[in-house]
Amino acid sequence: MAKTEPMKIGKLLLKGGRILDPSSRIDTVTDILLDKGKIQKIGSVDAKSFSGKVIDCKNKFIVPGLIDMHVHLREPGREDTETIDSGCQAAMAGGFTAVCCMPNTEPPIDCRGQVEFIKERAEGLIVDVHPIAAVTVGRKGEQLTEMGELVEAGSVGFSDDGTHIKQSGILRRALEYAKMFGRPIIDHCEDPSLSEGGVMNEGFTSTVLGLPGIPSISEEIDIARDLLMAQFTGGSVHIAHVSTKRSVQLIREAKSRGVSVTAETCPHYLLLTDEAVRTFDTNTKMKPPLRDKSDQDALIEGIKDGTVDVIASDHAPHAVEEKDTEYDAAAFGIIGLETIAGLMLSHFVNKGILTIEQLIETMTVNPRKILGLPSCAIKEGENANLTFIDLDSEWKVDKNHFLSKSRNTPFDGWELKGKAIGIVNKSQLYISE
Amino acid sequence: MQLKSHHLLGLEGVSRDEITLILDTAFTLREILDRPIPKVPTLRGKTVANLFYEPSTRTRFSFELAEKRLSADSINFSSATSSTKKGETLKDTLRNIEAMRIDFVVIRHASAGTPHFLAQYLDSSIINAGDGAHEHPTQGLLDMMTLREKFGKLEGLNVVIVGDIEHSRVARSNIHGLLAMGARVGICGPATLIPREIEKMGVTVYPHIEDAVAEADVLNVLRIQLERQKSGLFPSLREYRALFGITRERLDRRGRDITIMHPGPMNRGIEIDSEVADGDYSVILHQVTNGVAVRMAVLYLLAGGKSKLEGEDNG
Repeated sequence: MAKTEPMKIGKLLLKGGRILDPSSRIDTVTDILLDKGKIQKIGSVDAKSFSGKVIDCKNKFIVPGLIDMHVHLREPGREDTETIDSGCQAAMAGGFTAVCCMPNTEPPIDCRGQVEFIKERAEGLIVDVHPIAAVTVGRKGEQLTEMGELVEAGSVGFSDDGTHIKQSGILRRALEYAKMFGRPIIDHCEDPSLSEGGVMNEGFTSTVLGLPGIPSISEEIDIARDLLMAQFTGGSVHIAHVSTKRSVQLIREAKSRGVSVTAETCPHYLLLTDEAVRTFDTNTKMKPPLRDKSDQDALIEGIKDGTVDVIASDHAPHAVEEKDTEYDAAAFGIIGLETIAGLMLSHFVNKGILTIEQLIETMTVNPRKILGLPSCAIKEGENANLTFIDLDSEWKVDKNHFLSKSRNTPFDGWELKGKAIGIVNKSQLYISE
Repeated sequence: MQLKSHHLLGLEGVSRDEITLILDTAFTLREILDRPIPKVPTLRGKTVANLFYEPSTRTRFSFELAEKRLSADSINFSSATSSTKKGETLKDTLRNIEAMRIDFVVIRHASAGTPHFLAQYLDSSIINAGDGAHEHPTQGLLDMMTLREKFGKLEGLNVVIVGDIEHSRVARSNIHGLLAMGARVGICGPATLIPREIEKMGVTVYPHIEDAVAEADVLNVLRIQLERQKSGLFPSLREYRALFGITRERLDRRGRDITIMHPGPMNRGIEIDSEVADGDYSVILHQVTNGVAVRMAVLYLLAGGKSKLEGEDNG
């Protein structure tokens, strides 16, 4: 049985792990000595003369703490599906030392009090919670939030995630204004006049199933606008959950022109296609929808060449009754905090498609850079913020053992090889086995 | 021979042999309808729940009649609202009905995949009476029965489906069934109502009605829904009739016989002219009669599979 509680640590010796940190250019097998939450020494330590707790890290990677920059913690408003506490438990079990929570709560995170509420709820937890605040008041797309105050309170970016920013004029002002604080606008790109009523990717499978389609153009046309606007304003835009081939092309081309754009995708777009909808399993329903094989290939190519900077889960908890229903009526979204690292390690790193360095870039180095967060470098004197990875661990996804309050995953029962088995953060340790 | 599944959720994946079995059975059972007392005890003691979450007259009556002719007991529920509105979930409703001990669920629902969703939870045989724009298998079967009656076989026939293909479950079930039986299938309609990549299903797309009329042995004319005009999918019914309406003149220009089908209800003067609907070309009322026979056959065959299982349990 997995341990579900982190433990306070004093002196801790991590013995014989492979320490890998692309940002500090470290890749070496040695020991790490931790004390008072800091990395005291990197290098050989004699365990016999050491009095604190020792963890044998042989054949395990020790990497900078992973961060998931796109999660929905549902608190306040839908505490029946997730809370800040349960979401952080899920993040911990999934190998993350930090998450960024999206502001589409009820009420939305659009003022200082809301940001402070989240920070307060997360205080003392082993996982850091970085709130992303709304771009507009009430996420209504009309009036900018008080971004200066929100940044001061601790918000690391701005997004009206769940809906796109309808008015190009508002997007322009948001990009210009957020630039003053060095924060990105994170946009959920979807033109609703093209996607309305749709429940899955529009293509051959939707044609056969008779389900209303969401065409790829509904995403791409909005991305194209955002890229032009980022170039025009000089602001930074981060494109959330990129799902199509042409989106990748558009972003690649904009990056080559020097536009300040970054992009993220999610494991489900890399591992599933719209063919999965054939079962009418509502855990295949999310926005943007699962696309086709050529989109999948383009996304993987985009990760490899750096067009796609970040892999995030878009962890979106829903109650059983919101998913256990007719396909049209089901809520959009799936959870992912407890499967993302395992899926990526198993299907990409262990298969030689991505290197473990590329995974660390996309799951900690890049997102921290985008959000202006400290890099979590593995260096003597720095705070110990670490994730342990075991590439050989074989395990089976079992949704009934999730620490998340929700169960809406399409990956239940998948056999995986590779797991993020533990974390160290804020003088606390969690090891899953 | 028996059907492979104890549900009829769609015609996709149903084999040529299974379709032939259903049609052969339907031709045998149709004779019952012409008897002085058109009723046999075959399904005595079986109970069917007919659940129509979308308005329907023809299909609902057709199923109910098929059940009565086979002496099944039926309970009926009609509602224009789906469980997506506030209230009990569909799953709860169905599990409650099943707890009253029933054998069959006949369901029509506006959401594609609803019968498939319920099949995960129910032990009853589920018959899909139309799920969104996905499938309407008994309509596909009755259309094939009508064509087999007229032509003797389906292989090699060229059937063109005309109208709103995008939103049509009749079109999809016809495509699956006819292709399985070796017929050729074409589709014809406004470009805004032809779903993407449909050619990959193995059909020919006719952009112009004239070409469809010239090449088809059969036109299966779909009902055009008035709300499609409101959502901007075509400009007006007037223009729809001008471009795709099946008129006497269009058929006469062809100079040889053609067969006209329509799943009903018809919009006379829009997708089909009265002269055509009521004329020599039309087999529309045969479709309706055959609909009862096909539904009797489906109930009979699905029940047969179950009786055998029960027998084995007892042994």
